[in-house]
Amino acid sequence: MVAAAHDVVVGLVVGIPVLVVAVGAGVALRFRGRGPASAVPPGEVASDVPTDVELAAGAEVARRAEAPVPEAPSGTEVTGAPEPEARVEVPEAPTYRGRLGKARGLLAGYLGAVRSRGKIDATTWDDLEEALIRADVGVGATDALLDDLRTRVRAGEIGDPDALLDALRGDLVAALDTPRRDLTPPGSARAAGDGDSRHVDVWLFVGVNGVGKTTTLGKVATRLTAGGTTAVLAAGDTFRAAAGEQLALWASRSGAEIVRGAEGGDPSSVVYDAVQRAAARGADVVLADTAGRLHNKANLIEELKKIRRVSDRPPGKVTEVLLVIDATTGQNGLAQAAVFTEAVDVTGVVLTKLDGTAKGGIVVAIQRELGLPVKLVGLGEGPGDLVDFDPGSFVDALF
Amino acid sequence: MFERLTDRFEGILGRLRNRGRLTEADIEDVLREIRTALLEADVEIGVVRTFVGAVRERCVGLELSRALSPGQQVVKIVNEELTGLLGGETLRITYASRPPTVVLLAGLQGSGKTTAAAKLARWFKQQGRNPMLVGADLQRPAAVEQLRVLAGQIGVTVFSEATDPVAVAQAGLAEARRLGRDVCIVDTAGRLAIDAELMEEVRRIAEVVSPDYTFLVIDAMTGQDAVATATAFHQTLALDGVILTKLDGDARGGAALSVKEVVGRPIAFASTGERLEDFDLFHPDRMADRILGMGDVLSLIEQAERTFDEGTAAKAAAAMLEGRFTLEDFLEQLQQVKRMGPLSGVLSMLPGLSKDMKQASSMVDDRQVGQVEAIIRSMTPAERLDPATIDGSRRLRIANGSGTTTADVNALLKQFREMQKLMKGFSKGGLAGAMGGLGGMFGRGGPKLSPTALAELQSTSDLAGAPGGPLAGLTGMGGLPGMGGAPGSGRGSARATKGGSSKGGRKGKGGGRVTPKSR
Repeated sequence: MVAAAHDVVVGLVVGIPVLVVAVGAGVALRFRGRGPASAVPPGEVASDVPTDVELAAGAEVARRAEAPVPEAPSGTEVTGAPEPEARVEVPEAPTYRGRLGKARGLLAGYLGAVRSRGKIDATTWDDLEEALIRADVGVGATDALLDDLRTRVRAGEIGDPDALLDALRGDLVAALDTPRRDLTPPGSARAAGDGDSRHVDVWLFVGVNGVGKTTTLGKVATRLTAGGTTAVLAAGDTFRAAAGEQLALWASRSGAEIVRGAEGGDPSSVVYDAVQRAAARGADVVLADTAGRLHNKANLIEELKKIRRVSDRPPGKVTEVLLVIDATTGQNGLAQAAVFTEAVDVTGVVLTKLDGTAKGGIVVAIQRELGLPVKLVGLGEGPGDLVDFDPGSFVDALF
Repeated sequence: MFERLTDRFEGILGRLRNRGRLTEADIEDVLREIRTALLEADVEIGVVRTFVGAVRERCVGLELSRALSPGQQVVKIVNEELTGLLGGETLRITYASRPPTVVLLAGLQGSGKTTAAAKLARWFKQQGRNPMLVGADLQRPAAVEQLRVLAGQIGVTVFSEATDPVAVAQAGLAEARRLGRDVCIVDTAGRLAIDAELMEEVRRIAEVVSPDYTFLVIDAMTGQDAVATATAFHQTLALDGVILTKLDGDARGGAALSVKEVVGRPIAFASTGERLEDFDLFHPDRMADRILGMGDVLSLIEQAERTFDEGTAAKAAAAMLEGRFTLEDFLEQLQQVKRMGPLSGVLSMLPGLSKDMKQASSMVDDRQVGQVEAIIRSMTPAERLDPATIDGSRRLRIANGSGTTTADVNALLKQFREMQKLMKGFSKGGLAGAMGGLGGMFGRGGPKLSPTALAELQSTSDLAGAPGGPLAGLTGMGGLPGMGGAPGSGRGSARATKGGSSKGGRKGKGGGRVTPKSR
């Protein structure tokens, strides 16, 4: 099997250029026939393109490189624990209703229509289906929810639209309500290690690009430090330009210490150093940022697995792997959750940007298919705009 | 990108293709599947309804054509409607008569505005322009820093100052004028469409810079909400188009398609990777083909044009056709293809590759390409010209020199021999023979090019090969025997379901049609 796979790979390496040449050469010949108008001036190709490509290729290599984990901290820089700014202020936790008030009403129309019709008919089901799909719950989960309700209507359990909506609400809340929604308390690794003060919890923040990992981490840091927990931030996103700076600002806001590596460096070693640093300082938890990565990039998922392995090496112990998902995400969120869970054993979801018009219904599908609980919800850009997930309020907002 | 949708359609339509006659129930089945597929691809539900309605209308009372089976006609209709849905033509940038041409980027948080701004600057630079970037995202910590780092990689100036976004935009534009830049790209902070205050701010930015182009940056993974967001931004800013980011993920893209439908603005650019050069104009007609499993041959060709040294390519093609393609030529070609990006990316643009094949392609990474390169570079010039001279001890020397094993060297040599046979296929049997040979190279897990894909390839090469040109032999064949490396299995009915399907463009439709051949 391995040999066969290898043959296929070599076949590809050899074959693709051939195909490309065949097609490309045909074009070149055609353009030669037509005159130079459409052809690229060779000079430009020679001078301009390669330079850019090489530049970027350098970055590419740096990112894809699978360097061994340096055991000794090399090039990582620990920013001494900044004096916490006078007092870390955590604004009052915002409420769903308050935040979502402006965004409500998108689905209300459908549900109002369902209520006002007075009886359950074909249009009722169409309206419910549309409302759920518009909330990004997805075709599969929507069908399952509605099929179940249809059976109950047929059995006479549900008689009128109000009861139907209540039942749907109840089903959604039940689907999202699991006892595993609480975050593992920081310091649990130490407790498990018989109070050995060197043991330190590691929380990994993972997800695709642009979902708000760094911001979420900053908010979590603010919240933890305000509660008296000592956190060390690991700037494990060494790929995105200035991600480290962004996290450093959050570190100074929250008063947590930050460990940074060189841009383009090995993220595993940054997390490793942060764990060492946290253990030496007797900190409770390391909050590790990671670069955004699309779940279909196998090499990047491998890199993430390695970060997890390294983080789990004593004195570190991974107690949370939080998958950050943007509420605007559509059905692809399910694939994201599946791949990340498979790769790094995600413990919970953080649903961000729920203060917009998007409903984040994909978490219903994620919970249903993968049993992955939503733990936190992001409701804005402020340090305090991160709250515990509450299924009841979430479903109400959905409606 | 769009693979999921493609898979779905291939599943549904594959069944249709094999049917001679469609019943009304068939049509409803297909429509339901199409609806689900589009919804799962995050196309907005209203747009899906319109789309399915349009397809239904055209399917019912379908004029039966002699040339196409009813199933093929449905495929054609779906393709046409999809092309329409994706938008008509590729955007052409018209530059302001009084430079600079101002481009404003706006969007939700995390949609990729800053990266898109840098990529856009690179794109303009490649068009021979002299762009400047203005960092007006003062909201997100270190956003301007990120822009500076990216701009540094492409040698573009960034203007920003710690005042307020409107002032920065205004001063940035003045700076661009002063420096004589002809394109000025303004990056703004991410904002929610319902945040009245920030929407007012971006409106004022637009007011002071009066952009020639205002683009909404949308994440390809966005769900049903994309339309609401786009509508709101359009009301505030009067958008000119959309930049679709993160298209290199799986599934997705659906929501962005609906934006065109609802807002009436095209997808102008698409970003397909993390590297700054993974960015280009969006080609709607090609994307529709892609959804239908045709691959993106035209994009591939254009990319090839851009990165290929014409002379080398022509020389290699000639060498290929004359059957004297050496390892030296191959090495040269490999360099060129590498310049087009990661091999797996190039591969994903080839049409009709099966799932297995795509899976296999994800195993190809640039390290393996490097290995192949290293092996060839460890050969003497004489060995490269005539690999037959490589005996056991030379093999060992090459393996040692390239840090590989003799098994690796053998594998490469074997593949190369296969390829040389394939070259002979090119010169003798045209594309079909060559493709058959290629299939053989890949073995059982190899590419199963669908008949339609081949028809497409043929029409492409038809377009490529001028009449009487060296590649003319590739065209005009009805059956394509020996596909999938199984000589004689003859999946030979190449049907031109594609013929005349996309609107105008460079497809050379006249010659693209292949008469169905039943077996």
